[in-house]
Amino acid sequence: MRTAVVVFPGTNCEHDVVYALKSLGGDAELVWHREADLSDFDGVILPGGFAHGDYLRTGAIARFSPVMAEVDRMSAEGAPVLGICNGLQILCEAGLLPGALIANRDLSFICRPVDLEVVDSDTILTREATIGQRLTIPLNSYEGNWVDTSGTGRVALRYTDDPNGSQNQAAAIANAAGNVVGIMPHPERAIEEVLGSADGEVLLGSYLASLVPA
Amino acid sequence: MKVTVTINRRPEIADPEGVTVMRALHDLGYTETEAVRMDRVIHMEVVGDDADVIRSRVEEMCLQVLANPVLEDFEVEVAE
Repeated sequence: MRTAVVVFPGTNCEHDVVYALKSLGGDAELVWHREADLSDFDGVILPGGFAHGDYLRTGAIARFSPVMAEVDRMSAEGAPVLGICNGLQILCEAGLLPGALIANRDLSFICRPVDLEVVDSDTILTREATIGQRLTIPLNSYEGNWVDTSGTGRVALRYTDDPNGSQNQAAAIANAAGNVVGIMPHPERAIEEVLGSADGEVLLGSYLASLVPA
Repeated sequence: MKVTVTINRRPEIADPEGVTVMRALHDLGYTETEAVRMDRVIHMEVVGDDADVIRSRVEEMCLQVLANPVLEDFEVEVAE
């Protein structure tokens, strides 16, 4: 089973994601954002970075890339769709997740490990975790402050402290079906003890366990 | 025609940049400043001679990409 890891101009975490998935036994391939056919893939990940320079708003231009029609289709078909950091911002702009991301409350770019708590284990990112489980995962963002006036967002992971003002202290958000998830911290940077934490394994392991043949 | 689009964050949505700028003004002694909102203005040149058509096209652009309706309202001014 294969995962498409989408590369937009300005994406910069794609190799880390491919490395992490492969080290966990998965199969992943980089796909350029102009690709309009993902029918050979069983899941898709939008990695972190600064797609299209974050011009206009984070994710605002990326949502119109040709590949996004396929992300939309896979989302509707129930395939696992994961956005990490900038990927979460893109999924919100595309309307595949509710809400939007604004600047951190204290206007600081936050780059440090944060502690998270699993609050919903019925999503493609958390199915192998248990509710209440604590995870340490690096956060690396300026626009990580999630706002959801619709009140429909489903929080999968929350920050145990409140680093950025995110509503309900949300660090990962899921759609109603649980197959589309966006996470602001970077699980792919926490898959080996030498990196300071291997807690990302249970999250990316959950993603890999959620793949079913397309 | 010259078109000016002003994109405003809706009042109920926090504006961390506006709050920070206001604090800086207070630090500089401008304590009379009660509120600061950081809006965005986009200046465009649009080809056409019917201001109503241009306005409706630019409003469409706002809804589709220039503004994020989750966070923002917008105003379109067409200079005839």
